[in-house]
Amino acid sequence: MSEPAIVCRNLGMTWNAGTARAHEALRDINLEVRPGEFVVLLGPSGCGKSTLLYLVAGLEAYNLGTLEAFGAAVSGPSPDRSLIFQQTSLLPWLSVWQNVTFGLALRGEPVEARRAAAKEALSRVGLSDAMDKRPDELSGGMRQRVAVARSLTMRPRVLLMDEPFAALDVQTRAKMQDFLLDVWRSSGASVLFVTHGIEEAVALADRVVVVTARPGRIKAIVPVDMPRPRDPFSREAERLRAELTGLLRDEVDRAFAEQEAFA
Amino acid sequence: MIARVAAKAGFHEAGRPLLSAERKASISAWASKCGWAIISVGMFALIWELLWAVGLADPKLLPPPHVFLGNFVEQARNFNTAQRWQIGAGVAAGPTPWEAVGITILSSTGRVFTGLLLAAVGSIVLGVSIRYSGWAERLILPTVTLLAPVSPVAWLPVAIFLFGIGNGPAVFMVFIALFFTMTLSTIAQIDAVDRNFINVARTMGATKRQIYARVVVPAILPGLLVVLRLNLFGAWMVVLVAEATGVGYGLGQVIMLARNTFNPSLVFFTITLIGLLGFGFDWLLRKVQARVLYWVPENKVIAGV
Ligand SMILES: Nc1ncnc2c1ncn2[C@@H]1O[C@H](COP(=O)(O)OP(=O)(O)OP(=O)(O)O)[C@@H](O)[C@H]1O
Ligand SMILES: [Mg+2]
Repeated sequence: MSEPAIVCRNLGMTWNAGTARAHEALRDINLEVRPGEFVVLLGPSGCGKSTLLYLVAGLEAYNLGTLEAFGAAVSGPSPDRSLIFQQTSLLPWLSVWQNVTFGLALRGEPVEARRAAAKEALSRVGLSDAMDKRPDELSGGMRQRVAVARSLTMRPRVLLMDEPFAALDVQTRAKMQDFLLDVWRSSGASVLFVTHGIEEAVALADRVVVVTARPGRIKAIVPVDMPRPRDPFSREAERLRAELTGLLRDEVDRAFAEQEAFA
Repeated sequence: MIARVAAKAGFHEAGRPLLSAERKASISAWASKCGWAIISVGMFALIWELLWAVGLADPKLLPPPHVFLGNFVEQARNFNTAQRWQIGAGVAAGPTPWEAVGITILSSTGRVFTGLLLAAVGSIVLGVSIRYSGWAERLILPTVTLLAPVSPVAWLPVAIFLFGIGNGPAVFMVFIALFFTMTLSTIAQIDAVDRNFINVARTMGATKRQIYARVVVPAILPGLLVVLRLNLFGAWMVVLVAEATGVGYGLGQVIMLARNTFNPSLVFFTITLIGLLGFGFDWLLRKVQARVLYWVPENKVIAGV
């Protein structure tokens, strides 16, 4: 077997460690993501899902354990691991195509090459017409698609996605999920996808990782052995949703109790 | 299908108005704004005139607008120009009234503008270097923080020691009045840049230099232009003070002359000019803002007239 894309061993992370505001977000995370695998992180709000993606992206430093990507310890960001943020993150002073090829511009690629790359990436997300628009002229869903296109131009081997479709209506989200599966299949990249939607997890994942409330630990890893395209009304899907709902319920209750006690 | 296409085409042919609806709406909004401005100023002037008519406002102390705006030529004689300071030139020698007023206005405006530009460029460069390099921060930031709260008036003697008389000290005053506060506000703007923007650049492999050049600087420009606009009035004030204390001719010097010769008409005339200039400058900066910062929606660019 080829080496795993991502390996976390006893990974732990405390925000503002060593200060009065220290806050343990993650503890004892043990997880392997295989090349080309689609892994979904599921957990209550505030459990540290975004934090885990930040660590894998190399944007924040972990304090405990080890974290490796393709056999090398993660010590900083790399175009190999591309993060699509929870909040929109398009640069408002750049046009859509300039946003999409921002990474290529950083490498000093010429304008024509960049425009061509933008055209290709945007057509893959169904936004060829938006090339020369500005981000604030797009809807929220379109912006997220541009963000996906931007990640694709970097040809990452790992796509990290932080609730990218949370703000979309049900129909648009379903379309975006299909589209994401297409992109995932054709790119061969691994995907680490955060959501708190159980339906979304069942629709997308090879494996669902359920994370506990603070500090985030792995409560269970649930494999989803369903062929794609998946029927959300099948018996197996039904059963998986019930299982995940049960696993999540206690955690959401605990998260709520904690946050209440905090306030 | 064909009928629908035809109907659509017909609509475009016949239905296109001379001015688009949007343009019309913006023109009418602008006209109404102007209308209210005229009414507002007119009302103020009218009350003043009425007070004068019934004898409540003494024309020797508070001459009404028709008096101080009515005798332009008379007023203009007080607008000294460089030539009148020259030895050998008679009192009558010199430019026409319009030229005299124009030269005075231009010289004050030029000082404000030059000082503003130097301060803006200087503070962006210094603010960015302080955040870019830890060494710059440790070496420079304490001094900047200490000097920022010093009132610009306190720098006046320094301006005169350094630059004597003329444009130099007035420009220096504007510069010094804005430079430190704008440096601090550049730093504050840098700290407030959306972390996500920086993280996007980092995940794409940007170097620190690229992050500053391609993310930080564009992100802080809108805030800095607002700061610049807010400081515009301060710049005018400092220039007037500098001119009034005798470091140059200009509008401030005219006000001082009016005070010394007890000429309220001249005071109000000059105040009118200064008001109009300030307004014009602000308008200009707002246009620049809309032009340079095309990505900031108009209504977010600080509410104004
Ligand atoms: N930059 C930060 N500084 C300090 N603490 C942080 C920071 N970001 C997150 N935290 C804390 O870490 C914990 C986990 O946050 P995180 O954003 O990873 O949660 P999440 O699972 O993504 O939640 P959500 O589903 O609401 O997005 C939270 O308790 C939060 O308060
Ligand atoms: Mg999150």
